[in-house]
Amino acid sequence: MTASVTSLVNQPYKYGFVTDIESDTIPAGLSEDVIRLISAKKNEPDFMLEFRLKAYRQWLKMDEPTWAEVGYAKIDYQKIVYYSAPKQQKKLNSLDEVDPTLLETFEKLGIPLSEQKRLSNVAVDAIFDSVSVATTFREQLFEVGVIFCSISEAMREYPELIQKYLGSVVPVGDNFFAALNAAVFTDGSFVYIPKGVACPMELSTYFRINNGDSGQFERTLIVAEEGSSVSYLEGCTAPMFDTNQLHAAVVELVALDHADIKYSTVQNWYAGDANGKGGIYNFVTKRGLCQGVNSKISWTQVETGSAITWKYPSCVLVGDNSVGEFYSVALTNNMQQADTGTKMVHVGKNTRSTIISKGISAGKSENSYRGLVKIGPKADGARNYSQCDSMLIGDTAGANTFPYIQVQNNTARVEHEASTSKIGEDQLFFFRQRGISAEDAISMMISGFCKDVFSQLPMEFAVEADRLLALKLEGSVG
Amino acid sequence: MISENSPIILSVNNLTANVNGTQILKGMNLEIKAGEIHAIMGPNGSGKSTFSKVLAGHPAYDVTGGEVQFLGQNLLELEPEDRARSGVFLAFQYPLEIPGVSNLDFLRVAYNSRQKHQGLEELDAFDFDELVQQKLDIVKMDAAFLNRSVNEGFSGGEKKRNEILQMALLEPKLGILDETDSGLDIDALKIVADGVNQLSNPDNATLMITHYQRLLNYVVPDYVHVMANGRIIRSGTKDLALELEARGYDWVLDEAAAGVA
Ligand SMILES: Nc1ncnc2c1ncn2[C@@H]1O[C@H](COP(=O)(O)OP(=O)(O)OP(=O)(O)O)[C@@H](O)[C@H]1O
Ligand SMILES: [Mg+2]
Repeated sequence: MTASVTSLVNQPYKYGFVTDIESDTIPAGLSEDVIRLISAKKNEPDFMLEFRLKAYRQWLKMDEPTWAEVGYAKIDYQKIVYYSAPKQQKKLNSLDEVDPTLLETFEKLGIPLSEQKRLSNVAVDAIFDSVSVATTFREQLFEVGVIFCSISEAMREYPELIQKYLGSVVPVGDNFFAALNAAVFTDGSFVYIPKGVACPMELSTYFRINNGDSGQFERTLIVAEEGSSVSYLEGCTAPMFDTNQLHAAVVELVALDHADIKYSTVQNWYAGDANGKGGIYNFVTKRGLCQGVNSKISWTQVETGSAITWKYPSCVLVGDNSVGEFYSVALTNNMQQADTGTKMVHVGKNTRSTIISKGISAGKSENSYRGLVKIGPKADGARNYSQCDSMLIGDTAGANTFPYIQVQNNTARVEHEASTSKIGEDQLFFFRQRGISAEDAISMMISGFCKDVFSQLPMEFAVEADRLLALKLEGSVG
Repeated sequence: MISENSPIILSVNNLTANVNGTQILKGMNLEIKAGEIHAIMGPNGSGKSTFSKVLAGHPAYDVTGGEVQFLGQNLLELEPEDRARSGVFLAFQYPLEIPGVSNLDFLRVAYNSRQKHQGLEELDAFDFDELVQQKLDIVKMDAAFLNRSVNEGFSGGEKKRNEILQMALLEPKLGILDETDSGLDIDALKIVADGVNQLSNPDNATLMITHYQRLLNYVVPDYVHVMANGRIIRSGTKDLALELEARGYDWVLDEAAAGVA
């Protein structure tokens, strides 16, 4: 590939700064004592400590998974810091009491939190390293019965809900990284939408890793009661370090009868440099349970960052007529590796799922789609449609598709389509011969390629996502 | 439409070019004046498409010598998009499919890039729609093709027509048609030829690459050139095309070889 295409896809990372802030950081290493310390620091109810210890004991017996198409040096779990929080006053009466350095940090990231500047129709929970530093619109939401707060607060304030639902979708011993998360997670967001309520605004959580030695283990739990609906978005960035940071999150969604949860992610963790030094290991377990009849869970993800991405947002369709959706754009460049996809597990009757996956690979990156469609014996009339498209930019990137289909019910219908296209010199030349610059050509081809996914994002963020991809892919022609 | 006083549109002087280290163009000479229609014929692999892509600035081809003047400026130092915006148009022998990009968007962005470059007014979607409808008539294309992705799933002939639609919109000073006639059915050939004739005027020029005399019955060339092994070995009028049709290339190649020896 000529220099022009290469330089087009190499854009500097804009969120790589480190915030200088005093923090309460415990020494690196993992043991039962560390877990007890975390639990104590967070003032948790006893059942939480038991939850963590149970997870830790299972984790000790588990092996790190090796089946994904990703390669990395062995992680030393004793070298990771499991708790790091900015020091601040214990009890905040208003958001304006949050440490100004933190407010500035989030503002720089495009997430204004203060009462004056915050986004008017989006509530934000801002998480910095291990803890939530602010949640906007809490009171306003509470007036309609919606609980939106950090999961730490929820453990103290709504222990019955946490005890009932935490670990109910992703059990503590589900997989290696989920078990690690259950043992050491420090914060995350909690959302509860009561019966019949359509959440009046977008909810979102913004994750920021700041400490170069700490891992980020957040946990998000969203429960949508009967007939309720919510749209939630998460975003994330991290400074540029030449070491790797581990981000092992767990997200659990529960949708009861007729409930509707839309979960969107715009992932822009630091991806490492052009030679693959540094960057986040993004090893994430996300699963939604469509427990109720006619419930619906829709995942939309735009994955652009991280050195390595390993995540498969899934839906377990238990309720009859429930619907699972997965819309994904995964962009990899330079030495990035992504192994991502979904699992759609059809249990109930007439359950339906749709998978639209768009992988874009540039540089020397590796981008794999891995998806499982499983139709259980009782899932009469279940249907799945999957479409997995890969786009290669240049000649040195790799794309793979691993669709797994298991059907145990002969009334089910499963369709799978796949395609591979390429943005190479000839495609660019075609545009340029018509007077269109290479930058515009790439952005037209990429937005065309991604439009089925971007159209699923909440409006405010669709533009954001388009801009983000353009940033990653545009530049001066070499 | 030859006129001695017409301005020179393209002047190619001893042009040589390589691809992947192999020399393909071995000293091309060609002069095209405003109002003229030229045809290049020649055996497969003689370098006709290479010549057209070198003129358009394809980055895979390295120019190793010679000069190309286009409307008085050094064409070789312009980026491909600037060559296009200043009026060089290449209808590709094998038009690519661009999934996900609608034909209409593609046409509008291309049109507006040229307008901007030439300091002319860019059109909004509404006005552009009107313009494109008129242009569709030139190639008798159905408006439904506008909403499909560029060339995606188009038949071979439809792709060629789409190329001429693009040419009709961009109104180039030099239109290079690389085997636009191949793959067209008899009716489509007439339509495309008719379109090319409509677009041709005393201020622009057309260079057609073709294997078949048939096209030249509809779009009558002022000059016919035979290209072999990277250079033009003979030039003549439309009668040369008729003679080639009747006798093939061997005699030209033989005479050229004898001439060189
Ligand atoms: N990218 C390339 N790499 C290697 N060889 C090439 C490349 N492009 C063209 N060639 C070679 O250059 C020569 C000229 O090719 P070109 O396509 O210009 O021929 P042509 O005259 O247009 O032929 P046709 O009538 O079949 O269209 C051929 O031998 C071809 O194989
Ligand atoms: Mg050719």
